[in-house]
Amino acid sequence: MEKLREVGRPVPRVDAFDKVTGRAMFTDDLCPKPCLEAKLVHATIGNGRVVSIDTSEALAEPGVVAVFTCFDVPDICFPVAGHPWYADSRAEKRDLADRKLLDDRVRIYGDNIAVVVGEDAVACARGVSKVKVTYEEWPVVYDAQESLAGTEHPVQERCPDNLLAHSLAVTPAEKLAEHGYDSVEAVLSDPRYHHFSAHIESREQSQVHIETCVSYCYEEGGKIVCVTSTQIPHVVRRVIGQALGIPWGQVRVIKPYIGGGFGTKQDVHYEPLNAWICKQIGGRCVKLEISREELFWDTSGRQPKSFDVEASVDDEMNLRARSIVAYSNTGGYGHHGHALVLNSVNSFRWLYHGQEFATRSEAFTAYTNGPHTGAMRAYGVPEGNWAAECLMGDIAYDMGWDGVEFRLKNVYTDAFVDEFTPGGVIAAHTCAIPECVEKGKAYIEWDRKRAEYANQTGPVRHGVGVALFVYKTAVAPFALETATAALTLNQDGTVQLQMGATEIGQGADTVFSQMAAEAIGVDTEDVHIVSFQDTDVTPYDSGAYASRQTYVSGTAVKKAGLTLRRKILDYARFLYPNAQGELTLRDHHVLDALGHPVCDLKTLALEAYYNLSRADQLHAHETVNVHTNAIAGGCTFADVTVDMPLGKVTVNKIINVHDSGTLINPKLVEQQIHGGMAQGIGFGLYEEVQVDPKTGRVLNSTLLDYKIPTSMDVPDLKADFVEKPDPTGPYGNKAVGETPVISPAAAIRDAILNATGVKFYVEPMTPQRLFEGFKREGLI
Amino acid sequence: MYDIESLYEAQSVDDAARALAEDPLAVIIAGGTDVLVKLREGKGTPAHLVSIHELGGELAGVSLAEDGTVEIGPLTVFHDVTVSPIIQGTVPTLGEACDTPGGPQLRTSGTIGGNVCTAATSADSASTLFAYGALLDVRSVRGERTIPIEEWYAGPGRSHKERDEVLVKIRIPRERYEGFTGHYFKYGKRRALEITTMGCCCLVKLAADKSTVEDIRLAFGVAGPTPMRALAAEDAVRGMGVAEAAEKIGELAAACTNPRDSWRASKEFRLQLIKEMSKRSLIEAARRGGARL
Repeated sequence: MEKLREVGRPVPRVDAFDKVTGRAMFTDDLCPKPCLEAKLVHATIGNGRVVSIDTSEALAEPGVVAVFTCFDVPDICFPVAGHPWYADSRAEKRDLADRKLLDDRVRIYGDNIAVVVGEDAVACARGVSKVKVTYEEWPVVYDAQESLAGTEHPVQERCPDNLLAHSLAVTPAEKLAEHGYDSVEAVLSDPRYHHFSAHIESREQSQVHIETCVSYCYEEGGKIVCVTSTQIPHVVRRVIGQALGIPWGQVRVIKPYIGGGFGTKQDVHYEPLNAWICKQIGGRCVKLEISREELFWDTSGRQPKSFDVEASVDDEMNLRARSIVAYSNTGGYGHHGHALVLNSVNSFRWLYHGQEFATRSEAFTAYTNGPHTGAMRAYGVPEGNWAAECLMGDIAYDMGWDGVEFRLKNVYTDAFVDEFTPGGVIAAHTCAIPECVEKGKAYIEWDRKRAEYANQTGPVRHGVGVALFVYKTAVAPFALETATAALTLNQDGTVQLQMGATEIGQGADTVFSQMAAEAIGVDTEDVHIVSFQDTDVTPYDSGAYASRQTYVSGTAVKKAGLTLRRKILDYARFLYPNAQGELTLRDHHVLDALGHPVCDLKTLALEAYYNLSRADQLHAHETVNVHTNAIAGGCTFADVTVDMPLGKVTVNKIINVHDSGTLINPKLVEQQIHGGMAQGIGFGLYEEVQVDPKTGRVLNSTLLDYKIPTSMDVPDLKADFVEKPDPTGPYGNKAVGETPVISPAAAIRDAILNATGVKFYVEPMTPQRLFEGFKREGLI
Repeated sequence: MYDIESLYEAQSVDDAARALAEDPLAVIIAGGTDVLVKLREGKGTPAHLVSIHELGGELAGVSLAEDGTVEIGPLTVFHDVTVSPIIQGTVPTLGEACDTPGGPQLRTSGTIGGNVCTAATSADSASTLFAYGALLDVRSVRGERTIPIEEWYAGPGRSHKERDEVLVKIRIPRERYEGFTGHYFKYGKRRALEITTMGCCCLVKLAADKSTVEDIRLAFGVAGPTPMRALAAEDAVRGMGVAEAAEKIGELAAACTNPRDSWRASKEFRLQLIKEMSKRSLIEAARRGGARL
């Protein structure tokens, strides 16, 4: 591969200065104030229906402008997940439409049943408190399996059994026969092998992005304009159109800088309601901002899941079969539906399916009266990884094997092709897991610590642990992957870059700029990226999710960059027809075949704009379809201290080592990994949306009671990489945005197991659960 | 945006007392770290606030009276309690306790008086003030009176201070701290920005041999609906060797506390914390007093 000049440079983020100086504008900064505000009225039951709503007292409250209820909104169900839509020819691939703007059918505690519009937030709050609601109340079901046993009133009427979806991937009979078996169960229970099983659970994690969900809408030029904090502006436009029953072209969505999303903002939550309210009040500007507390039940956290896993393994550490049966609790609404738990069970299979004779991955997604859920960083994979690694940790511990050796014996390799994915698209073109593990082992001093921590007694113990992970990049072949990039050469020889793909704090704008510079042959500093998306002018892209943008949208950037480069060189040839040989662009100059400067880029650009005979504002606008996928992987190693009488785990040292292909910007990747590791530690030890199973109410909907780890709770986070370029990535790159969150929890669990011998199966491993575990085992 | 209907900025304590007496809906705001949080939750709205925030001259600061009484102005922010040389020289365990609420921002805006007046069982300074036997002076238009901390709490979040009374001084007499060393142990689920799952303050006075518990005070937050002393446990280990006391204090303390069973922590877990923290606090307090353990 040709030496890369801009890709791989640790350039500072292109938005760093504006963000650290407070100049960067976010939705609420841009909102023209004073403007009207809207505040939701939430149901105070967990299941049932609204019989009537009395708004008279609320309307009499000074400053209240209007109150709209579930009986006022159009009877339109619309989808909210941030995915591509499909034409009628592939309608079966569309997201399911189970949301209304406001709904008289209360499916979850806190469901949206009315909205108060007022002159300010206080008027709204007073109005909300005066809305009188009469309900018909039904029993609440929160447990997924209990819900699947049937409820008198189905959560969603079109799903009478509360089953959103079921899937099963099992090794076919002919493959089993090759090894002399007739079923997966037969491999699992073969007396020649050791058999293991466990029931494992993962609870709901919330994204806790800094900026809450906020939007404002107004009418202009006969169109509805929605400025919103979203990861998916083009999807928001489509869904507003669908929800209001208006042509999509009549909707304009603007996405400024956003203060994090982690998947919450891969759903369309309140923009359609905001737009509809705006239309009801004559197009006046109205802002709808969700409070921190509302976020916990009114936007979409990780689906709680349970897993029943089994494995058989021979004396030589070879896994022979594994099985996973998963139940996922989507809550009252489908949102991302079954895709999440599919990711869980698929990643469970992929990680260690190297030499198994048989595998079985079954999954159910159930509607319940729990909080609705959706995308969160790594989209089901941390849960599946937790299940996979609990099982691997147990086996290694019980067999007395070195956990690293056992895992490496079974982990996927660069020969891996998922047999259940059509077309062999899910395949590891490269695999650097062994090299990643070597780095992790060295940092954590695995062998030395394992020996040092052997045979401990006493109430405070130490342990080291490991977990590996696997992750696919983007969503092909399961869903459409397309993106567009637009480049224009400016008069001064710099370029404008416009993307439909979004900067959500992850550094997308920076790596797009680097890839554009690389493709064109200019410096990253010469690329001016337009950070805000405006669906009236921004090229189409489905947005930030699935760790897809650097891979998919990056492919569009590269293609557009190469086109612009060709146009520049063609124009140079027009200007200098006698220049010798093939022309190239480097160091702001067009060079001839001998490396002599033909002209500088600025001169060329001015000519291009103002040439009297052939003016041509050089630009490129390229769309790509990406049908490939790339498997990323890596590992976490952790060193912990466990204070058993206090139910306390201290993470002393932790490292993530990533196989993410070529790093476009090593500094940004390192920062991504740091953030993900902290969130992964939160997933493992702290973060849980606690739901009262009797009412469906979220108990801890504040940042006081929903615990995210603070800087005092995480040690120095060590990030490392092994770079093996992936042949399918635009510059050898593959997923990294979500992957750092996947494996810390399981590595910490493994370290606790090695320290104490106690197996924990429910994450997060909170002090309460740790206490119960040590008590159960008689250690305290 | 907060639902505040009126805000009166008091010019003096007497002015605040008058304003509180005149408006039966008025409540005091000092640092605002509790009041504003409640208002944001819609509790106590629309609010009528009497601010004593600017009365630092009258109400902030730590001093040592001639008789050795430590006098703490209730408007003193947590951080200033912690770093006060007087606190460090007389009641250092209170300084430690005041270094544990929230984060640095909260500790430079939240006040020790507010921590007492909100009367939460989880208040980080409360168990230590309890152990030190603090006296709380309050003033209203009816005059001034003193409420010993043992009589301060009326229930969860409620005190016997009347709504129109202003806490004007927190006093700790010399005999209540002299000769004691202590330890405040805050147990939270994380290490910062945390509400106390269990708080334990142990003050120990060792006999001249440095190995006998001559006197002890053991106080808890979150072990019951209000901060409390474990009096029976104290009585049982008084006169005992430190090592033996450390072994026994946990069970003794558990026997005289009554923690809640809630979704935040089970009763069984809280009792485990009471046992373990009593022991560790006693050991640490005794070590600071010169015991070899």
